[in-house]
Amino acid sequence: MNQDTKNIARGELLQGNEACARGAITAGVRFFAGYPITPSTEIAEYLARNLPKVGGKFIQMEDELASMAAIIGASLTGTKAMTATSGPGFSLMQENIGYAYMAEVPCVVVDVQRGGPSTGLPTKISQSDTMQARWGTHGDYYSIALAPSSVEECFTSTIQAVNLSEKYRTPVIVLMDEVIGHMREKVNLPDPKQIKIIDREKPTVPPDWYQHFEINPHFVSPMASFGEGYRFNVTGLTHDPFGFPTGQPKEIADKLDKLKNKIMHHADDIIQVRDELMENANMAVFAYGAAARAARQAVRMARQKRIKVGLIQPLTIWPFPDTYLKSVLEQLDLILVVELNQGQLVLEVERVSCGKAMVKSLNRYDGELITPEQIFNRIKEVR
Amino acid sequence: MEIYSEITHKYLRTKKRFPNVWCAGCGIGIALGAIIRAIDKLSLDRNEVVMVSGIGCSSRMPVYVDFNTLHTTHGRALAFATGVKLAKPSMKVIVITGDGDALAIGGNHFIHACRRNINITTILINNRIYGMTGGQYSPATPFMKFGTTAPYGNRERDFDIPMLAQTAGAPFVARGTVYHVVQLQKLVEAAIVKKGFSLVEVISQCHTLYGRLNKEGGAVEMMTWQKEHAVPIEAAKNLPPEKLKDKLLTGILWNVDIPEYCEEYDKIIAETKEVN
Amino acid sequence: MPDGAEQVMTEKEEQQKVHVFEAWCKKCGICVAFCPTKALTSDKDGLPVLTYPEKCTQCGMCELRCPDFAIAVRPKEPKETKKESK
Repeated sequence: MNQDTKNIARGELLQGNEACARGAITAGVRFFAGYPITPSTEIAEYLARNLPKVGGKFIQMEDELASMAAIIGASLTGTKAMTATSGPGFSLMQENIGYAYMAEVPCVVVDVQRGGPSTGLPTKISQSDTMQARWGTHGDYYSIALAPSSVEECFTSTIQAVNLSEKYRTPVIVLMDEVIGHMREKVNLPDPKQIKIIDREKPTVPPDWYQHFEINPHFVSPMASFGEGYRFNVTGLTHDPFGFPTGQPKEIADKLDKLKNKIMHHADDIIQVRDELMENANMAVFAYGAAARAARQAVRMARQKRIKVGLIQPLTIWPFPDTYLKSVLEQLDLILVVELNQGQLVLEVERVSCGKAMVKSLNRYDGELITPEQIFNRIKEVR
Repeated sequence: MEIYSEITHKYLRTKKRFPNVWCAGCGIGIALGAIIRAIDKLSLDRNEVVMVSGIGCSSRMPVYVDFNTLHTTHGRALAFATGVKLAKPSMKVIVITGDGDALAIGGNHFIHACRRNINITTILINNRIYGMTGGQYSPATPFMKFGTTAPYGNRERDFDIPMLAQTAGAPFVARGTVYHVVQLQKLVEAAIVKKGFSLVEVISQCHTLYGRLNKEGGAVEMMTWQKEHAVPIEAAKNLPPEKLKDKLLTGILWNVDIPEYCEEYDKIIAETKEVN
Repeated sequence: MPDGAEQVMTEKEEQQKVHVFEAWCKKCGICVAFCPTKALTSDKDGLPVLTYPEKCTQCGMCELRCPDFAIAVRPKEPKETKKESK
């Protein structure tokens, strides 16, 4: 047994950032490029120590733009690759995240959020990169972003992120935050042998017939790696299925439709939502990430007072869980969206709700974690 | 009638449309020919060659050739290339960049790639201008020369590119011109063979924009200038300083041996790898 | 042909020392301008023509300097070596 599995067996006290890094190694990540930034640095430091032990490569690049570029380069050689940062670095990475969307390169970007905008609050919590995870870079594209709310979820979400990135040939964002990243919890991590690891689909045609961006009925193109005999072109310019730049209107529209369909046609496979106490609820608290921890407690407190409220916790925030929300709107007349920002995902709840249920918010954005009492008081106020 | 083929034809992608996208007489195509012939001379396996470029006229090179090709974002080619090389050191990574791409937006990645000494061959085509966007001045445009964003004469000094690379730590620095194409091929061969970060600055002509804005003539005139102003470093050693004024030194300008990054990292893996 | 003598080219073979792929030629004039023996000239459309094939030494510089890979030079024949007569 290696060090990882030994510690897991003992039920170790684990830090969120460390759990994320371990999840990455468990999922097969063998390349990390990053730049130090609070509160994500522990992920880089853990991987600097432990990647070489499993034959992986770690490099500290000169900035976040280079880090994102390097993981894309590594992924194109067939190596699972990841980077980690916080808000200011996430902003810098957007240029090459856009490249990864366009070039359909699997990779994982962990954003351990802190207060913003700009330098903001390096050591304090926020969830203010929610919309940036969807729309951070320019252009039309469709994002996958996961929001863990516990140390154990940091481990499992990172594995899921790597798997999704491989399955759908896309970057996947893991939105942690300063509290989740730095907290320590005793965890029951799954046995690595029980964990399903997904690898990118490889081409089954000879090299001369290979289309690196083939458009097929399930919209995910098999992906060769550099050095395997398939000599293909990768570019950030809008391109045809061979990867050559195009200016043909049909090819342009086809490419953008493919990027959309690749994600949205498979939304059911990608999206995960956890709910609790929804059975006879006529109200729901909608919360993700660290806010969901406090919301869970508040919902239980409210149920003690016989308020028929349940908890909806999206583990996937992008694509937004339209289908799930529409299905529970039948029974709800009120949704309370709790966020550690000035109201970002609430806009999606309002969009899907479309007036069917009243949507209220509770926002905390002073760098502190919202408390169960605050949420409980607001539940009583709006009910 | 017999038809002869060039070596270059063996390496061009048959699915691409030719003639290539560059202006008539642009030096980038000449550089590409030299690079292809260097790769052929060294008998590199084309499956192992990864050609990485940024954005600009020079960066349009890789799409034309039958290697693993990676056309990235402006200035970032070296960062992408670092990821490719470190993840799979068996690949022969060649970066194609230009004076704007490598030295302006890419400046940070350039100096760190030199310092890090990762085994990447960088061919920097210096045409002293931003060609793709219509002729703006670049960090390689000399003082008082004109560009569309320097309509009154550029007031910035240009980089001494070999000195920048050498000072930043690159163990191999060379300069050639597209006129001296035989020498250029040899410099590219030496750069590829060199273990460590190697840079070849290639003086080329953008007669369409730089030449017109600065009244330096067409392609033939600008290549004649290269012919008359390039002095091989071996010859320069024997010339008095006044003869070297306004001249460009060419050849291998700097060549030392420094531990290469991927090899050093492999030592870390060998020392720490756990036996499960 | 006596042993040891160089092959002499026919006129047709001389003309064929160089081949131009006209569809790829952008008529930039570089090959003509820098031909060391001035064997190439530009025709009325700007395409290079081997007007003085006898001057062409098949040095290959036009091929090396063409930015469009549009002119190819016939490789030189290896000279026959003098055989020792016994």
